[in-house]
Amino acid sequence: MRGFKDSATPEKIPFWLNPKVRAILFQFMTLGMVGLLAYYLISNTLINLQRQNITSGFGFLHKESSFEIGESLIPYSAANTYARALLVGVLNTIKVAFIGVVITIILGTFIGVARLSTNWLLSKLAAIYIEVMQDIPILLQLFFWYAIFYETMPSPEQALNPGGGIYLSNRGVAFTIPEGHPAHKYMLLAFLIGCVIVYVIRRWARKRQEKTGQIFPTFRVGLAIVFGLPFITWLAFGTPMKMDAPKFVGFNFQGGLMVSPEFIALLMGLVLYTAAFVAEVVRAGIQSVSKGQREAAMSIGLRPTLVLNLVILPQALRVIIPPLTSQMLNLTKNSSLAVAIGYPDFVSVANTTMNQTGQSIEGVALIMAVYLFFSLSTSAFMNWYNKRVALVER
Amino acid sequence: MEQAVQTEELRPPITSVGPIGWVKNNLFNGVFNSILTIVTLLFLWKVVPPFIRWAFIDSAWHTTGQVCRQGAGACWSIIAMNYRFILFGFYPYDLQWRPFLAMMILFGLLFYSRERNHWKRPLAYAWIIGLFTMGLLMKGGILGLTSVESTQWGGLPLTLLLAVFGLTAAYPLGVILALGRRSKMPGVKVLCILYIELIRGVPLISLLFMSAIIFPLFLPEGVTFNKILRAQVAIILFTAAYIAEVVRGGLQAMSRGQYEAAESLGLNYILTMRLVILPQALKIVIPPSVSILISAFKDTSLVVIIALFDLLKTTQSVLSNPEWMGFSREAYVFVAILYFLGCFSMSNYSRKLERELSRGD
Repeated sequence: MRGFKDSATPEKIPFWLNPKVRAILFQFMTLGMVGLLAYYLISNTLINLQRQNITSGFGFLHKESSFEIGESLIPYSAANTYARALLVGVLNTIKVAFIGVVITIILGTFIGVARLSTNWLLSKLAAIYIEVMQDIPILLQLFFWYAIFYETMPSPEQALNPGGGIYLSNRGVAFTIPEGHPAHKYMLLAFLIGCVIVYVIRRWARKRQEKTGQIFPTFRVGLAIVFGLPFITWLAFGTPMKMDAPKFVGFNFQGGLMVSPEFIALLMGLVLYTAAFVAEVVRAGIQSVSKGQREAAMSIGLRPTLVLNLVILPQALRVIIPPLTSQMLNLTKNSSLAVAIGYPDFVSVANTTMNQTGQSIEGVALIMAVYLFFSLSTSAFMNWYNKRVALVER
Repeated sequence: MEQAVQTEELRPPITSVGPIGWVKNNLFNGVFNSILTIVTLLFLWKVVPPFIRWAFIDSAWHTTGQVCRQGAGACWSIIAMNYRFILFGFYPYDLQWRPFLAMMILFGLLFYSRERNHWKRPLAYAWIIGLFTMGLLMKGGILGLTSVESTQWGGLPLTLLLAVFGLTAAYPLGVILALGRRSKMPGVKVLCILYIELIRGVPLISLLFMSAIIFPLFLPEGVTFNKILRAQVAIILFTAAYIAEVVRGGLQAMSRGQYEAAESLGLNYILTMRLVILPQALKIVIPPSVSILISAFKDTSLVVIIALFDLLKTTQSVLSNPEWMGFSREAYVFVAILYFLGCFSMSNYSRKLERELSRGD
């Protein structure tokens, strides 16, 4: 009879068994514990800082840095502030990451395609490359390339000259570049204008094709515009041909474009390492498009370039782009290892700053903030891109 | 109208079977491929013979640095003369059998764990006892073993220690973070997402800097951790975020029905996870977990930057000895081979495991 009574007037559930109340309690407990831990750590830190007479805060950024930086994209001297030194570091990181990303994508695509080649020899070579490069730590590779530069290259006096106005020595690589001329600025402008024009033409061509079915040779015309406009500008300025060749003066080269061994070692290490991962990404992407897709596209009479552009690439890229972006992000993060071989990237400059000022917390916070900014902006872009290319199921 | 056809056994032409046929089909099918093959062969011809000459024919194996400098080939003597220091660092010379034995126990355990039918409870106990014994061998101090301070640990044992303990400790933390990220409680979820994304967004080196410079500030006065332990904590915190993402992948692959079935049996959250969800989800994510172990193993080399004497740092300090200065290529190739062997065997194993698991047994 008791059972009946229970079901008729249900007992009130005690509040600690109510899932909603429990969830709130649990969250409070978790947040409380994390908060307590944070409080404990911060209070300890404050006491320790007080004991060591370190004033926290970012005031040190406005002080004179009094250290030199080997290479810089903007004018910088030891008399500038720490803030400017750190900016030089950020720009150096962006420089190596940008150049690295471009070369890595090209090299990685080649190796990925080579891996899928029907040529047995090439395919096996690519496979060996991918396996070996993936299995050796990037830091070891950086040290290796740096050591190669330092130990096997001759001094600048006996620099190797493989031709083309390039000089290899243990001080870096010196390139011959065209001598500065006002025409170059206008050529760059012409190039940018060309890019805009091609973008407009592309949109117009696509609309026209959708309406009338006529195909406009966008690629060839685009190529002609992008490279033709700067060429015409060059002609208009009377074809300035003077070259700025590096000359050996005193102990080192002067003139031309000098690239430091640190930069080259870092770039080589990052590119060769990441290209192995990119190759795998590209291979997986190409293999993800089934053979039937290509056959179907051919059977409706598309030309091979159109098969590639309209059918294969859009599907392969959808698979390739997300892991490719994360590899590019890895490359950027790995560029922080520059500190080990002395390239003045952001981490390296921040490290020097920390050693000089003792503002270690601010220094590490800055490092984290800069890389977080890179990562978060990339993932924001990725979300936008993913939404754009996501499969629209009909 | 039936006509007996005289059948004659026609052998296929020699150009389409056998070695010649293989070469024709795989290397010279078409003009483009033929050119590619020839270019590749030329490249190999330019690179491989000089390399073999440098590495094996002109090389010196058991000489002093002075003798090496006169030769034209590789100076493997740098390894032969210094391998004890490269492998074990500053660990007392007479006691180096202890880290050696510890490594052998680790390799033995890893080798035994390869087979999936060995994955039973006794294996877990074996690992716990094994890890404990390894620590004991390294540290000493009891059972008549001389105590060795952790500041003297170095070389390959340190690299392995950081990787293995790093992953072992990071795994449970990663699983908790993954569960937290999938939780319905916003407070917990946000915390976990913040942690995971923050850690994954920054390079490991910034965490190592933090461990070297800032961790000491976190602790009350008088309490100090040694450098290795601090680096180990940084590696654990870093690896856990990556493990969390891998485990989340496994959790997302579980069908809704699994949760509902567990709920209908009246299991609470902890039991649902422990008995139903996690055993299945963790099984799916074994291959990607091995990949994380590989990167953790490679990433331990970064402790060079905060001046811990791991395998790479001991090699570098040999290279800073005037007698062996300038033989970086040989030394780094040796270390690269060690890392390659470790990573290659792990990635091979992960591929094998993936095949087995995808067969569904």
